[in-house]
Amino acid sequence: MSDENTTHVHVKETAMPLGAREPTEESTAEVEQVDIACARAPVGLLAELTHRCPLQCPYCSNPLELERVNTELTTEEWQKVMRQAAGLGILQIHLSGGEPTIRRDLEDIVKTAADAGLYTNLITAAVLLTRERLEKLKEAGLDHVQISIQDVDVNAENADRIAGYKGGSAKKKEVAGWVRELGMPLTINAPIHRANIKSVEAIINYAVELGADRVEIAHVQYYAWALKNRAALMPTREEFMASAKLVEKAREKLKGVIVIDAVVPDYYAKYPKPCMGGWGRGIINVTPSGRVLPCHAAESIAGLEFDNVRDKPLGDIWLNGQAFQKYRGTDWMKEPCRSCPRREIDYGGCRCQAFALTGDAANTDPACSLSPLHAEWAKVAEIESHEAAPEFIYRRPGGATPKTSAKKAPAATDA
Amino acid sequence: MADAAPRTRAMIDAATRPVMPAHIKLRHDAGRGRWLILAPERVFDPDDIAVEVLKLCDGQRTVADIAGVLAKEYNAPMEEISADITAMLQDLADKGVVKT
Repeated sequence: MSDENTTHVHVKETAMPLGAREPTEESTAEVEQVDIACARAPVGLLAELTHRCPLQCPYCSNPLELERVNTELTTEEWQKVMRQAAGLGILQIHLSGGEPTIRRDLEDIVKTAADAGLYTNLITAAVLLTRERLEKLKEAGLDHVQISIQDVDVNAENADRIAGYKGGSAKKKEVAGWVRELGMPLTINAPIHRANIKSVEAIINYAVELGADRVEIAHVQYYAWALKNRAALMPTREEFMASAKLVEKAREKLKGVIVIDAVVPDYYAKYPKPCMGGWGRGIINVTPSGRVLPCHAAESIAGLEFDNVRDKPLGDIWLNGQAFQKYRGTDWMKEPCRSCPRREIDYGGCRCQAFALTGDAANTDPACSLSPLHAEWAKVAEIESHEAAPEFIYRRPGGATPKTSAKKAPAATDA
Repeated sequence: MADAAPRTRAMIDAATRPVMPAHIKLRHDAGRGRWLILAPERVFDPDDIAVEVLKLCDGQRTVADIAGVLAKEYNAPMEEISADITAMLQDLADKGVVKT
């Protein structure tokens, strides 16, 4: 990434709309730093339209307690959120879930968002889409489609096993073809873990074959369902290093053909990732029932109060909400973060992970090598990844509760 | 269909006629008082020169034409401008912000 910065850089990449990628030199500049009125306006809004999903991926980023259909925001309520988001200065809307296409009013929500000037991104498992529906979404103003895959088409059996959905792999391929036929930009998102990490190179080539403009090699982040399934998902360090090398090689080889974004597993990193690009800094998340979160996993942290778009305007929640204020900026930090020169690069990592593993969200994320828990925490990955993989605990309502038997208790022993 | 051919790197030179694909949006953001480029899961922050260049990328003008416009406007040597914007457009092409 350093080769072409020798002369003037006329175009800088700014805040990352969805936040967890590795920061590069050119991506550290922020949109917000200029204007006072909008100084703290978020850049992206992740709208979880529903937690319903036909897939059962064991690394799902939704909370273990899935929200029920009868609590979901209405069409009008979502439309109001979209208009408020645009008014607040948000630029991009990520329509996600669960599976957003389950909502029959998706077109109406997209149309309102597009009319308000928002850049609309559909994050979908694709298995419920028809060509007609996709056309309607395009007409409504949808800008971009992101399809998640579990493995390449020739490994369909493995892909369908991971998603817990027969025929999913083939269907996704078909839908990806329609996206391209309709002339829409396509991103392929591939969550990577020990059950598919050997396919990384093949997945990148498959994304090229599918006509994608962008592919995300997104190593699973171990919160919520993925934390529950960590032993079944964690690759070994050697596997991870090999996959990272392949990504680097592919980036060089496919430069100008496809953009490859990588999210690394922080168990094998030296420093934590700047989760959400900093808490309450660039991203806002709205759950199916309208709760407004600084990140999609924030409900796992005890002691935070979440406002609802049904009760307050989005802008008020963003600026003044307790949950947003709590870990915004750097004032809340303890050592070693507080005096760390990286404090405004990675913001002390992930608050949810710090809470889950240390009991205090204001502690340094154990992903950081400066955390006193780091060595012990990293060892867990080393050990689990070398043991035989247990069965998946599939993501489904109530699915997280029954099995606790053979599973090893996750790390956090002494702090 | 449109997707049949180009899975090779688009190379920018003086004769290229660059254009922004429909899904890339150059937008003036009144709240922040600046121009932004909206792309899938990316926001780019163009400076004044980049904005001017991108506005001229209409698929008709060549890079040489665009350099000519800017050279006149900024009263700067053509070769310098041309080298500068070619490098910029190559970078943007690699990121999918312009195509040829």
